[in-house]
Amino acid sequence: MENVTTAEQIAHAEHGHEEHELSFLQTYVFSQDHKVIGIQYAVTAMLFLLFGFSLMMLMRWSLAFPGASLPVIGNLLGQTNAPGGIMLPEFYNQLGAMHGTIMVFLGVVPLAVGGFGNFVLPLQIGAPDMAFPKLNMFSYWAFFLGGVVMIASFFAPGGAANSGWTSYAPLSVIATQGQTWWLIGMIFLITSSLLGAINFIVTAIQLRAPGLSFMRLPFFVWAQLVTAFLLLLAFPPLEAAGVLQLMDRLVGTSFFMPAGLVVTDQPLEYSGGGSPLLWQHLFWFLAHPEVYVLILPAMGIVAEIVATNTRKPLWGYKALVGSLVFLGFMSFVVWAHHMFMTGMGTTMSSFFQTTTMIISIPSVVILSALFISLYGGSIRFPVPMLFALAFLPMFGIGGLTGLPLGLSAPDLHFHDTYYVIGHFHYVVAPGTILALFAGIYHWYPKATGRVMNELLGKIHFWGSFIAMNVVFMPMFITGLAGVNRRLYDGGLEYAHAQDVLGWNVVSSYGAWTLGFFQIFFIFNFFWSIRHGKQVDDNPWKATTLEWQAPSPPPHGNFTTPPEVHRGPYEYSVPGAATDFTMQGQASDPDPEPAQV
Amino acid sequence: MEIPYTVAERPDTGLNNVKLGIWLFLASEVMLFGGLFSAYILLRMGATEWPLGSTLLNVPIGTFNTAVLIGSSVTMVMAHASLKLGNFDKFRLYMGLTILLAFTFLGVKGYEYWEKITHDHLPAQNTYLAIYWTLTGLHGLHIVGGIIVNSYFWGPGSAMWRTKREQFINRVEAAGLYWHFVDLVWIFLFPVLYLL
Repeated sequence: MENVTTAEQIAHAEHGHEEHELSFLQTYVFSQDHKVIGIQYAVTAMLFLLFGFSLMMLMRWSLAFPGASLPVIGNLLGQTNAPGGIMLPEFYNQLGAMHGTIMVFLGVVPLAVGGFGNFVLPLQIGAPDMAFPKLNMFSYWAFFLGGVVMIASFFAPGGAANSGWTSYAPLSVIATQGQTWWLIGMIFLITSSLLGAINFIVTAIQLRAPGLSFMRLPFFVWAQLVTAFLLLLAFPPLEAAGVLQLMDRLVGTSFFMPAGLVVTDQPLEYSGGGSPLLWQHLFWFLAHPEVYVLILPAMGIVAEIVATNTRKPLWGYKALVGSLVFLGFMSFVVWAHHMFMTGMGTTMSSFFQTTTMIISIPSVVILSALFISLYGGSIRFPVPMLFALAFLPMFGIGGLTGLPLGLSAPDLHFHDTYYVIGHFHYVVAPGTILALFAGIYHWYPKATGRVMNELLGKIHFWGSFIAMNVVFMPMFITGLAGVNRRLYDGGLEYAHAQDVLGWNVVSSYGAWTLGFFQIFFIFNFFWSIRHGKQVDDNPWKATTLEWQAPSPPPHGNFTTPPEVHRGPYEYSVPGAATDFTMQGQASDPDPEPAQV
Repeated sequence: MEIPYTVAERPDTGLNNVKLGIWLFLASEVMLFGGLFSAYILLRMGATEWPLGSTLLNVPIGTFNTAVLIGSSVTMVMAHASLKLGNFDKFRLYMGLTILLAFTFLGVKGYEYWEKITHDHLPAQNTYLAIYWTLTGLHGLHIVGGIIVNSYFWGPGSAMWRTKREQFINRVEAAGLYWHFVDLVWIFLFPVLYLL
């Protein structure tokens, strides 16, 4: 500890000489420091996650008790949305579309990529900052503006976008004004992601510390690198699609409008000749890689935490990296498995079901390697490890339930049922979101110098873990019974849904319980900033470079420029002095071992 | 610690940050226009009738504009080369010409648009005109972006020539790569919309 404080003092003293003080605005609001931007991204994204989740908690009321008046909150929603506290189907549609949009584009991606990527990646590669700090700031603020536009759209005439997060045409083209806001918001978010992706790739390729070759990169950096490529190349087609849909809505073109559409007995004034399928192709060309944008950073986080807490190297590092790159590549050629039911033809269907089966191989390799990594380790169970361990079977369930959906024949039955909802939520919620929590608990000491409270963390973990399963497991049952996923009343009107309606109630109670247990996290997160247990720079005794920097790292990150001498996961090396050998530690017997 | 390789090349990758960054940006731009061109192909394949571009558009004017843009690419190369040779005045001349040619292109394009509007050939008319307006409009926006960047390097940005010479040359090179890309997009747009 003493060494650390002196090193920090020196760093501060040096900075005093070379830089003048930055104003409050420059330090905390319009900051160009990757750590501040990372925290800005993370906190904003967590607020959006909470907001998006709250929308879902409202929807769950309508699904569990359709037609019943929502107590207390119901009256706050306004007479146009919920007269007498009873939610209108139109309002439910808005909530549904915005839940998806917010969770994916404003919550998980900004937290996983913008938050963790920004904060951790430069530290893990021993860089002083991102390659383009100003661009980094712009990408945060573009994201922020996009979020503001999205939230503001609730106040547009007719409310927010209500054509689902997929915005399928022609429905979305003739939808209320909220859809235009949605498109404009998306253009901001896409711009933000593009700038961010360029920054991440350049940083990871150019700013690696001396000695840090590609095969010595921590798996997290690889995951972020592949993710950035997906964002870079998959998002522009959606931007193109967004521009086309804006043209359809504002200028009256018919890119997505076929001829002869009649709405409530009124023929639409469109020239026709467009194709609704075109929207779906362009949308899913982004949105399938997007699934991997959601999951790959989570895998990266889990890999770091598993290696640290099993005290042994990751099993099959090369296979992991190879699978990751292959996965990234394949994710560009599976998009139409979302479209088996569109009538695009059996040839297309067989092609895309084949590629879908192929892409499951690298996913299984990655998950297996992480499982095998546990074998023979001396496992510790701090809070981040609990979350990381829970990720593995949860992602497993999500992945395996996806297989029947990837085959066009069973998909005929499952398509648009709650089974699909259950499947992808297992991947994204108990999967990715648990991994993101793991990451927050794991890197919190690096950002603040303190660990989060262990007991509150454990309550948060067990509560969330169990509640998430209560939310999503029943969806497989209702889905297998054939209940459609888009009904505001959870299938009340349908004979085939009657036997499983009770599961909607179970699911809803699960969701509200899940909400309750987040209070422990929110409290812990803010309380620990001042009252958490103080720890040294490397509380988990991990090997990667970020733990070599002071906590919190000063502007410029490292007190001495780091040099890398070994691979990322040298735990329990026979003959080594400790059970971890840091990447920055020289191979020869070091005359100054106090480097940590 | 300073951010490394902002100017110098990293030995093992052979690139500096700016050059890698601009190439990645262009890759995303390829995907953007690629998406739109795919939309064009899909719409045209599904269409029962599709007007021949030359019946609606003015091919000689389009050809003239193509020449203007190719010319501006040449002057852009000359501008960068002049900097490399240390001749700042020549750089100003060629960069100025590049900007002037870009404005010429926009002027001609504006005339074409005006002709379309007066003949009531608006985007809502049919899918061909819709994609014509969208593609050329988006390309036009890229031209405007290029004019802004190039004008900055021609005017206030060129103060860097005296303070950080190497970095300035790199920036102009990156702007040039972008400009060539915008030019290249037009070289695809012209035959697709005007001739096919």
